[in-house]
Order: sequence, then C-alpha cells, then structure tokens
Amino acid sequence: MSGNVVHRLVRRPWRLAAEVSALLIAAVVAFPLYWMVLSAFRPAGEIESTEPRPWTLDPSLDSFRRVFGQQEFGRYFLNSLVVACSVVVVSALIAFLAATAVTRFRFRFRTTLLIMFLVAQMVPVEALTIPLFFLMRDFGQLNTLGALILPHIAFSLPFAIWMLRGFVKAVPEALEEAAYIDGASRSRFLWQILFPLVFPGLVATSVFSFISAWNDFLFAKSFIISDTSQSTLPMALLVFYKPDDPDWGGVMAASTVMTVPVLVFFVLVQRRLVSGLGGAVKD
Amino acid sequence: MVLGGLLVYPVYQLGLISVFHYTQAQVSGGEPTTFEGFGNYREIFSDRQFWQVLLATVLFAAACVVSTLTVGCALAVLLTRVRALPRLALMLAALGAWATPAVTGSTVWLFLFDPDFGPVNRVLGLGDHSWTYGRLSAFLLVLLEVVWCSFPFVMVTVYAGIRAVPAEVLEAAALDGASQLRIWRSVLAPMLRPILVVVTIQSVIWDFKVFTQIYVMTNGGGIAGQNLTLNVYAYQQAFASSQYSRGSAIGVVMLLILLAVTLAYLRLLRRQGEEL
Repeated sequence: MSGNVVHRLVRRPWRLAAEVSALLIAAVVAFPLYWMVLSAFRPAGEIESTEPRPWTLDPSLDSFRRVFGQQEFGRYFLNSLVVACSVVVVSALIAFLAATAVTRFRFRFRTTLLIMFLVAQMVPVEALTIPLFFLMRDFGQLNTLGALILPHIAFSLPFAIWMLRGFVKAVPEALEEAAYIDGASRSRFLWQILFPLVFPGLVATSVFSFISAWNDFLFAKSFIISDTSQSTLPMALLVFYKPDDPDWGGVMAASTVMTVPVLVFFVLVQRRLVSGLGGAVKD
Repeated sequence: MVLGGLLVYPVYQLGLISVFHYTQAQVSGGEPTTFEGFGNYREIFSDRQFWQVLLATVLFAAACVVSTLTVGCALAVLLTRVRALPRLALMLAALGAWATPAVTGSTVWLFLFDPDFGPVNRVLGLGDHSWTYGRLSAFLLVLLEVVWCSFPFVMVTVYAGIRAVPAEVLEAAALDGASQLRIWRSVLAPMLRPILVVVTIQSVIWDFKVFTQIYVMTNGGGIAGQNLTLNVYAYQQAFASSQYSRGSAIGVVMLLILLAVTLAYLRLLRRQGEEL
C-alpha cells in the first residue's frame, strides 16, 4: 500500500511538469500564428512601433481593407480555391481507383508501378518546372489555371496512392467475396462498400493534396507569368512583401486570409486525419 | 496512365534539355538547339559554386531532418504522458503550424525576426541585429521555420503509432524498472521502426527540396547567393539567367541523389521482409 503512495507521489510532479511543458510548447508553437493575426488587426502606427506589445487596444480593419482593396484580391482567392478543390476531387477519385487496382489485382509490372509511385515522390518538383514550363507553353496552357491544376494532380497522386494502399489493404478480401456472393456487381462493391470504408484514408490524403495545391508558390510563379487575373494567393501575398520596405500589416492580413481556409479544413478533418495516419502506418 | 505520362514525360524532357545547349535564344527560336552531350554537366561539376551549394544543401537538409525528427518524436512521447486538455492544446497548435502555407509561414517568421519591428529581437535585446544578413543565421532562421511547419507530421504519425503499441508492453517495461529513455530506446523505437523509417524518408525528401522558405525568406538565395540550395539554384539558373539546360542538369543531379536515397529505403524495406 505505502509503496503505491510513494509511487504516486513520485509520479505526480513528473506528470505536472510534463503537462506544463506541453502547454508551454503549445504556446510557443502557436505564437507565430497568434502574432500574425494580431499584427493583421493592428493599426498601422502600432506595427511600426519599436516596442511591440503582445496585445492591441484598438483593433482596426485597415490592413484587411488594404488587402481587399488591392486589385482583384478576391479573384486570386477564388482562383486558389478553384485550383485546390479541383485537385482534391480529381486526385482523390483517381487515387482511390488506382489504389484499389494495385492492391486488389495482380498484374504484370505491378511491383514496378509501385516503385514508380515511390520514385515519383522523389522527383524534385522545382527541377521539373523547366520542362513543364515548355510543355504548358506548347499546349497553350500558360497563364491559365489548368497549368496549375494538371501538374498538381500529377504530383499529389503518387503520395495519395501510396497512402491509400494501406487502407484498401486493410479491408478484408472476404468482404469482397461476400459482396459478390450476395450478388453485388463490381462497381457496386467499389462505390457502396469499399468507398465508405476507406473514406477516412481519403480524407487524410486529401489534406495533403489540398495543402500542396493551396500553398503552391512555385508553379504559380513560373506558369502564370503575364496574365495576373489568373494569379493565386501566394503571389498576391508577395505584392505586399517588398524586401526593402515591406508593408507588414498588409502581409500579415493577407497571410491571415490565406491561412484561415486551411485551418478550417484541418480542424474539420482533424479527428479523421489522426486515425487516418494511424491506419496508414499500421500496415 | 495519362497522369503517369505527365510525370514521366517531363523527366524525360528534363534529361533531354540537360544535354542540349538551351538558352533564351533557343527558346524564342532565334538559334537552333545544339547537342552538347555532357557539356552542361562538365560545366556544373567544374563550377565551384555548385559544390558549395551541394554541400550547403546536404548539411541543411540533414540538420532539418534531425531537428524535425527529434522534436517530433519527443513531443509525441510527451503527448502520451499528459492528460486530455494539454494534449488537445499541443495538438491544435501543431495542426495550426502544419496547416500554415509555406509562403505565409515564411513571411510570418521573417516578421517575428525583423530587425526593426520584430518581437524576437526586442525580447532577446538584440537591437537591430539582422538575421538574414549572416549566412549561418539566415540558414538557422529558415531551419526554424522548416522545423516549425514539418514537425507536426512526425509528431502526429509517431503519436498514432505509439497509441497502437499495447499498453501492457509499456507497463511491463515500467514495472521492470526501465527509465523513460530506456523504454523509448529498447521498447518503443524497435516497435515503431517501420513508422520511423517512413517518417524519416519523407522528411529527407521534403527537406532536401525546401524551396519556398529559402526563396521567400532569403529573397531568392540570400546575399550573393549565400543561402542557395540545389533546387533554388537550379530554378535561378533556369528562370532568372535563362540557362535552361544548366538548370535541368542540376535537376537531374538532384533527382539522382534522391533516387539513391529511395533505393536505400527500398532495400531496407525488403530486408525487413515487407512485401510491396
């Protein structure tokens, strides 16, 4: 009995220390985001003050007004949204079918294909920008959103298929046989049984493709060269950021506008994401 | 297959461009393209700056991977030690950092470390010390941002993996008097090895290819290119100096390096007896 008490006494301060440090680390990790939002709401004079305070007494929307007043910021926002959403939907669909194909069917070159998915992830996107640039030019796709959507689908697929494979694998094959015995057709099994079962995995992979498309800076910078009406958010953000004299209020407000959708998306799928990643690595 | 084409064809073209002489004149059709063989490669291999950049890239990526993995794993273990509320706080903060786009993350960190208006210099009492001026401190700043936005992936994945380890195993180890560090080293790490391998490889791939952070935070490679990494270098060669073929050659070198890493990874997987 007494041993138990001692044990507990020793444990308690440790856990307390662990919890305090967890909270502290959480604060440190969240600080940049907090500072971003705070600076976005600050009146101009306060940002440029040499005594930054971690709060503000009179929040103002000036910076946001400046951001949305900038030519067609809303349009850039929409462009980004269109690109990200089309990439997510199309790549999720293809990844689902492809992952099913490589786990459920044995065919020639299957292993080769799998290795290729892995190798494809290694390819430095930045290097491929050069040939892709010429490819898009030849297709007449430069300065269109298609020039952003297509490469993003291509680059998010290998990772998505690679991750989804684990989920499809986890569905017992007996289930498939049972479905066929009950008279379900192949497509019916695919969409009404398999699809809902691997949905958490699809969500997890979609997060990755959404983020990579939404955050993309490189393709937007390289492929949208002259027609600024097709520009996306990261490019708009840099309008405010001039290395010599950055408009920090504007940058922070634009950053906030750009980060919020991703945050919302993340919070919505948070639970599925954690279980999704757990499922993917368990196999 | 069509999308496979969208990946394979550019790789092929990349190789093709890298063996030609391809600059602005050829792009606009002013001059015919000439075959150069390995001339571009010879050129970059005899270029002092290339080796410098390569070394910087490898060291920078290694530092990023090690710090990310250390922080991620340590916090994953910490997550299992605390009750629900601190865990939720840390999880949400990490998800926030993870969700932050690379461009905004870069600008926010730049602002935090701004010599004139940033809070960090005030708190540390550094006056108007400029972080992006020195080579090492600029790299350090980028490293901090990279670790900040990439440790959550490691943390969440490893945490999910630890949760999958049966509690009895850990209890048994604790009853046998193993210390925390010992439990991690002798029980958790071996059980989590497949996960750790995946996470490490992903980190290597990502950190080797850091582009946006370097590009934005050091304004395209730092003063006189002191903060260039391979892919920013390739990009600058191609799009800023219109040396498309030299940029492609650098890209091919990068591809080969990462390919070697992948093959090592596959060998490792196979030795563990895992089927693809």
